Amino acid sequence: MSLFKIFDVAGSALSAQSVRLNTIASNLANAEGVSSTAEGAYRARHPVFAAVLDAAGRAEGVRVVGVVEDARAPRPEHMPGHPLADENGYVWFSTVNPIEEMADMMSAESTYRNNVEMIDTVRQLMLRTLQIGRR
Amino acid sequence: MHKLIDAALGIHPQAIEAGARRLELLAGNMANADTPGFKARDIDFRATMQSLLDGPTGATATLRRTEAGHQDAPGTSLAAEPLYRVPNHPALDGNTVDTQLEQTAFAEASVRYQASLDFLDARIQGLRKALRGD
Repeated sequence: MSLFKIFDVAGSALSAQSVRLNTIASNLANAEGVSSTAEGAYRARHPVFAAVLDAAGRAEGVRVVGVVEDARAPRPEHMPGHPLADENGYVWFSTVNPIEEMADMMSAESTYRNNVEMIDTVRQLMLRTLQIGRR
Repeated sequence: MHKLIDAALGIHPQAIEAGARRLELLAGNMANADTPGFKARDIDFRATMQSLLDGPTGATATLRRTEAGHQDAPGTSLAAEPLYRVPNHPALDGNTVDTQLEQTAFAEASVRYQASLDFLDARIQGLRKALRGD
């Protein structure tokens, strides 16, 4: 029965969105992290989603094909008193933009919630299907 | 005998199957709400039911392989094929999933599915009553 497949489809979306929430959490945790070199500064990470299609081109779910690092350059700031400052007195801040991350989090949350609701609806439909002719 | 029961159950078993297929497709859309470049698809339910009613004698299209590289395609009715949604406002990343639209479509499809289940249930109750004779 093809209703069973919806559990796989929605389940793949749940796991993809939780990967996204995970990267958002680690980005926010490292938002204020500084480094004494530009290379050492934390770069925001973002998952890349791709649809899983069956032979007929129908979506069978979604998967995370990879996690890419932010291409933006870390922000240097002149803080001579900072223990991590280099010889010129600069520290490098991470590329994380907390506002972007929060907006991303809200999007991930709503998609996650939609998929949970979908699983709930399908579960009810399946239970009712099993009840056919039982009365 | 088989035909008799099939006739008694009417179109509802097929309606349930088509409904489940539509729900699956909508679930695929919802799962890919944030996938760049993903194009939302849906089934034309009326056309699908019509093609089921017409049966194998209805308008079907079979694809023929004329080149070595062509993929095998089972002979399917054109009407049952999922179509691409025309987006109201496509996202910059090429995604055409409108979450609100998909959610309402899913709710509608699940109500239709439940209605078909109820109709089928009523038919089965009727058959039972007739067999028991009480």
